[in-house]
Amino acid sequence: MAKITIPLGPQHPALKEPENFMLVLDGEQICDATVNLGYNHRGVEKAAENRNYIQDIYLIERVCGICSHSHVSCYIGCVEEIAKAQVPDRAKAIRTLIAELERVHSHLLWLGVAAYEMGFETMFMYTWRDREQVLDCLEMITGNRVHYGINTIGGVRRDINAEQAKEVLSKIAFLEERTKYYVKLATEEPTILARTQNVGKLPNKVALERNAVGPTARASGVKMDIRKDEPYFIYDKLDFELITYHSEDVFGRVVVRVLELVESYKIIRQVLSALPEGPIAVKVPWKIPQGEAVFRYEAPRGEDIHYVKSNGTEIPERVKVRAPTLSNFQSIPYMLKGDYLADVPITIAAIDPCMSCTDRAVVYDAKKGKTQVFDWEELRKYSIEFYKKKGVNFSGK
Amino acid sequence: MAKKPMRILPEAAKNLFKKAATSKYPFEKAKLYEGYRARVVFEKEKCIGCKMCMRVCPAKAIEIILAENQPQPQTGPDGNPMPAKKLFDCIMNLDRCIYCVQCVEVCPKKALAYTQDFELAQLDRKKLKLHYK
Repeated sequence: MAKITIPLGPQHPALKEPENFMLVLDGEQICDATVNLGYNHRGVEKAAENRNYIQDIYLIERVCGICSHSHVSCYIGCVEEIAKAQVPDRAKAIRTLIAELERVHSHLLWLGVAAYEMGFETMFMYTWRDREQVLDCLEMITGNRVHYGINTIGGVRRDINAEQAKEVLSKIAFLEERTKYYVKLATEEPTILARTQNVGKLPNKVALERNAVGPTARASGVKMDIRKDEPYFIYDKLDFELITYHSEDVFGRVVVRVLELVESYKIIRQVLSALPEGPIAVKVPWKIPQGEAVFRYEAPRGEDIHYVKSNGTEIPERVKVRAPTLSNFQSIPYMLKGDYLADVPITIAAIDPCMSCTDRAVVYDAKKGKTQVFDWEELRKYSIEFYKKKGVNFSGK
Repeated sequence: MAKKPMRILPEAAKNLFKKAATSKYPFEKAKLYEGYRARVVFEKEKCIGCKMCMRVCPAKAIEIILAENQPQPQTGPDGNPMPAKKLFDCIMNLDRCIYCVQCVEVCPKKALAYTQDFELAQLDRKKLKLHYK
């Protein structure tokens, strides 16, 4: 049978975000797949170079709607490192609390989306209903449900009082009860097992090779978590486990995320029971001294990396965002190969993609109107040929 | 792993008799927490025109301009004219505001404050430009 190439997307392939996947099909089976990025490029990095450090907090927060705290904390980590600011312990604890609440909200959201992609809409309804509890916690502490705006350079903007802590704990107790039920549901319900086991296989070796991060990597047995590998905030003082699973498929990713929820509840309890006293922020001058810094952060989707370069003014010279999804996209073509077309949505959804985080740059051929991906050898050849035409020729012919 | 089908059924049955999880928002009042951030208000008497709020606003939504009617210079106790304190107006572009309230935080004289007035949708874009006099 002849092979057919079909485009999937850019209108909402898995989540409600634009991205294009070209799938080469042999009957119902996928024999090749490519990912085309670039439908959601917003120029956030360039815009960050035109605003001062304070304004950039709110800009960077809007890189992603779900891991907004992750991106800001990562950016602020860089700025504080350059400015050599000593962040108070209480601020660090509050940042950790918000980070974990965000992880709970992101994983519950993903569990709902995954259930929805499988056609298990009852579970989607329940997880999203329960997610409201954690969104309420975030609104109560920070003043907003999604873009919290809790971080500022040198600390946090709002303190947490005893009443709020009590309410967070009561909501976490409720959520823990619910999560126990989801653990049972996700691991014992035959429908979920049938849809996820042996789908989107990513062996341990390939996960390492293709630089998978976060729960995608951990479900392939890769022991990596920035909270453990390079602790930031107060993670080095907290007691929690690094969740990994060995099944290397979509099922493993479900299990890792559900069990990580339980760990997050544990962390939230620890943070709230030992909240250090003291100020919540230190003053950092407007002008950040010259320097550059890189910060690694474990966002709900994996490792987030930010790079900030300062030239001594109040405006950064360069801000670079490497979102976790970009790293995980490399594994998608491998995961899709050999699977059926029907497994595509859940396989793509399983890495918890966030397209708007990811779209940063793409090679675009305006004449042919298509995007092109080079490998190193091709790019080398291309560059040599390009300059040969311009008269730059090392061979002398 | 033990397979237990239909685990969701008892849960679904239980929920049949529960109160709906959604709220009837436009007909019922929305529940807001104390720290919820919405429309920013301006107090003319306190503003000194330092324009720090304009400097930090990430959306360039706020504008501080010199007021149209300025007070006349008064005569001081020694008979010489004393310059009066300048007055400023504030223009809030609600269509640009992202409600981060960084302006409120940075204001040295507490001339800005946030309220919980969040129902700000308008059909006419001009109405989104508030001029606090």
